[in-house]
Amino acid sequence: MPAVQETVDRVRRIDVDQYRYGFETLIESEKAPKGLSEDIVRFISEKKNEPAWMLEWRLEAYRRWLTMTEPTWARVHYPKIDYQDLYYYAAPKPKKTLSSIDEIDPEILKTYEKLGIPLREVAILEGVEPPPGGEPSEQRKIAVDAVFDSVSVATTFQKELKKAGVIFMPISEAIREHPELVRKYLGSVVPTSDNFFATLNSAVFSDGSFVYVPPGVRCPMELSTYFRINERNTGQFERTLIIADKGSYVSYLEGCTAPQRDENQLHAAVVELIALDDAEIKYSTVQNWYPGNSEGLGGIFNFVTKRGDCRGANSKISWTQVETGSAITWKYPSCILRGDNSRGEFYSIAISNGYQQVDSGTKMIHLGKNTSSRIISKGIAAGKSQNTYRGLVTAHRKATGARNYTACDSLLIGDKCGAHTVPYVEAKNSSATFEHEATTSKISEDVLFYCVQRGLSQEEAVGLVVNGFVKDVLQQLPMEFAVEAQKLISISLEGSVG
Amino acid sequence: MALLEVKDLQVRVEDREILHGLSLTVNPGEVHAIMGPNGSGKSTLSHVIAGKPGYEVTGGQILFRGEDLLEMEPDERAAKGVFLAFQYPVEIPGVATMNFLRTALNAQRKARGESEYSTPDFLKKVREVSKSLNIPQDMLKRGVNVGFSGGEKKRNEILQMALFEPSLCILDEMDSGLDIDALRIAADGVNALRSLERAMVVITHYQRLLNYIVPDYVHVMAKGSVVKTGGKELALQLEESGYAQFEDA
Ligand SMILES: Nc1ncnc2c1ncn2[C@@H]1O[C@H](COP(=O)(O)OP(=O)(O)OP(=O)(O)O)[C@@H](O)[C@H]1O
Ligand SMILES: [Mg+2]
Repeated sequence: MPAVQETVDRVRRIDVDQYRYGFETLIESEKAPKGLSEDIVRFISEKKNEPAWMLEWRLEAYRRWLTMTEPTWARVHYPKIDYQDLYYYAAPKPKKTLSSIDEIDPEILKTYEKLGIPLREVAILEGVEPPPGGEPSEQRKIAVDAVFDSVSVATTFQKELKKAGVIFMPISEAIREHPELVRKYLGSVVPTSDNFFATLNSAVFSDGSFVYVPPGVRCPMELSTYFRINERNTGQFERTLIIADKGSYVSYLEGCTAPQRDENQLHAAVVELIALDDAEIKYSTVQNWYPGNSEGLGGIFNFVTKRGDCRGANSKISWTQVETGSAITWKYPSCILRGDNSRGEFYSIAISNGYQQVDSGTKMIHLGKNTSSRIISKGIAAGKSQNTYRGLVTAHRKATGARNYTACDSLLIGDKCGAHTVPYVEAKNSSATFEHEATTSKISEDVLFYCVQRGLSQEEAVGLVVNGFVKDVLQQLPMEFAVEAQKLISISLEGSVG
Repeated sequence: MALLEVKDLQVRVEDREILHGLSLTVNPGEVHAIMGPNGSGKSTLSHVIAGKPGYEVTGGQILFRGEDLLEMEPDERAAKGVFLAFQYPVEIPGVATMNFLRTALNAQRKARGESEYSTPDFLKKVREVSKSLNIPQDMLKRGVNVGFSGGEKKRNEILQMALFEPSLCILDEMDSGLDIDALRIAADGVNALRSLERAMVVITHYQRLLNYIVPDYVHVMAKGSVVKTGGKELALQLEESGYAQFEDA
C-alpha cells in the first residue's frame, strides 16, 4: 500500500539518534571498587558520613536484596544485568570542601550550562533556559538541586527557602542535619522490602533530594532536581523524599539526562512523597535519559519506584510525567489514598521510538473514604518500540465512595511499533465508581496530509498532531516546563528536523 | 503562461487505474467547474494535484506555472499557491484552530522566504476574514474542526483559503452540507477572492452553486477523464439530462 509505505519511510528516518544531551564531561572522579557487597554498602555510608542507624538500614536492605529475584512480569526484554560488574559509587573529585558555587569544578558548571540548567541563583522566564538576550523575570524562580552521578553538586536558593521554613537539600545532608525527619519518613512509603530494585536502591542509594515543607507553608518557588549520569558502568541510585506537612503546598520537578554510550546503564531510583492533612504535592518529571541509538544499542535502564502517600485527610498528590528517554522504562508512580477525601492524579506522556521499551503506568490504592483519583495516560509509539500502559485501581472494603476516572490513549506512528494497555481494576466495596476509557489509533494519513497541504512539512505535521494528542497532559506541567517538554516531544519524534 | 496544465494524466490506486488520460488547462483569472457522477475521479484529480500520497501517476504531466508539480513535496506545492478545500475536512484534536492557522501560514511564508506575521497583524487579518465568513471567534479557539458541524468545517476551509491567498484554489464539493444561507456566505467568500491572478477549480454536483460562483468553463468528468467541456450553460443542460449520455460512451 503506497500510502502506508510513505509513512513507513518517514518513520524510518525518525530515530533516536538526535539525542542532544549525549556529551560526556571529562573530570576526575572517585569511585568505589566494582561490584556489590556489604563492604561496598559500608563504603558508601562512610563516604557520606552517615550515622550508624543509616548504615544499619542499608545493610538490612542489602541482606534482604540478596534473597530477592528480579521481576519479570513487565513487557520488557533486556540482557541479564550483572550486578557485580557495576560501580555503585562515583563522585567528582572535589578540589576542597565547597562553600560557594564558584568553587564547583568548572567542567561540571559547564555541563549544566550546556544542559540549560541554572546553577546560579537567577530567576527564569520560560523553559529552563533563559530566552536568548531576554531579561530574567523577577517573579519566577526555580530552586535546583543538581545531582551528578552519585552526589549532589549544588543546591540553589537554599537560604531563601529556609526563610520560608522550607528545607531543600541533598538527602545525604538531610540524613546528618535532620535525622529525626529522615528517620520518621524514609522507607515509610516504599519499604526497604518493597521490590527488587527499590531494595537495591535502599542498600546503595547515593544521593537525591530531600524536601520538607512545614505546616501551612506554600513553597515560594518551584523546586527541581536535575540528575545527570556521567560515569561509565555506573549505576545511579537516587533517593528522593518529599514531605508536605499539614496544609502546605509544593511543586517539584525532576529532569534527567545521560551521555551517549554503547553499553546500557542502570538507573534505579526511589521517590517517596508524603502529604499530611490538607497538603498538596505536585510532582513533575521530564525524563530524558539516553534512549540508545537507532539500532537499539546502549541507553539507560530506568527501573524506578515512585510512590506517594496521601496520609492526611483532604491531601492531594499529583504525578505528571513526560517520558521520552531511556532504553527501557519500568515505572509506576502511584498514590496510596489513605486519608479520607484524599485525591491522587497521574498524568503521563510516554513516547517511545527506535527500540525503546516502555512499561509504565500507575497504581491508585483507595483506602480512605470518599477518595478520588484520575489517570490520563498518553502513549506514543514510533519506530520499532513497544509502549505499554499498566495500571491498577483498587478500592479497599472501607473505601466507600471511592471514585476513579481513567483514560488511556495510544497513538501509533508506523506499523512496526506496538501499544498495549493492561488495566487492573479491583473494587472491594459496592459504592466505588470506576470509569475506564481506552483508545488506540494510528496517526492518520489523512490528518497528516491535511496539515501538509496547508504548508507544514511532514515532520512539523507529526509534531503538531502529537502535541495536540498530549495537550491535556502538557497543561498539567508547570508553565516553564511545558514549553520545554513540548520541544522535547517534537525532537524525540522528528528524525531530520531539530 | 497557463497556471495549471494537466496533460494526459494517468493515475492508479492499488493497481486500479482511476484516471485514464485526463487533460485540463487553467489560466490565471479563470473559474472552472468540474461536474460528474460519483466515483468518476474528481476527488482523485484534486488529491493528485495537491500531492496526496497513495496515488501512483503512471503517465502524463502536471505543470504549475510551467514547473513540474509532481516533482514537488505537497508542502512545497502549498507554499507555491496550490490550495485544496477538502471534500471531507479532518479533525485535529488538541490543536487550536487559531494556532493551526498561524503555524500553517507562517510555514508557507517561511518557505517562500517571506517574513512571519507578527501576532497583532495575524490576529487582525484572521478577525477580518472570519467576520466576513460569519465565523465566530470562539470557534477558532477550538481544536481544528473538532465538533464543528458539516457547514462549519466547510467555512473553515474557505477561511484558510482567504487567509493563505493561494493562486490556485481547488474546491472539492464545498457546497455539500451547507444550508442555503451558509452556501451564499461561503460563495461570497470565494467570489471575493476571484481576481485576475487567481484561478479556481470548483468541483460540484449541483448547478445551484454555479449560480453563485459563475464559472468560465464547465467540464464533465466520467470514468476518469474529461468527456465534455462547455460554458456555464452546460451545467444547466446536465441538470436536465443527467450523466447517462456520458456514462455509456
Ligand atoms: N484509496 C483508494 N483505494 C481504492 N480505490 C479508490 C481510492 N481512492 C479512490 N478510489 C476509487 O476511485 C474512484 C474515484 O474516486 P473519487 O473519490 O475520485 O470520485 P469522485 O468523483 O470524487 O466521487 P464523488 O462525487 O462521490 O465524490 C472510485 O471508484 C473510488 O472508489
Ligand atoms: Mg469526491
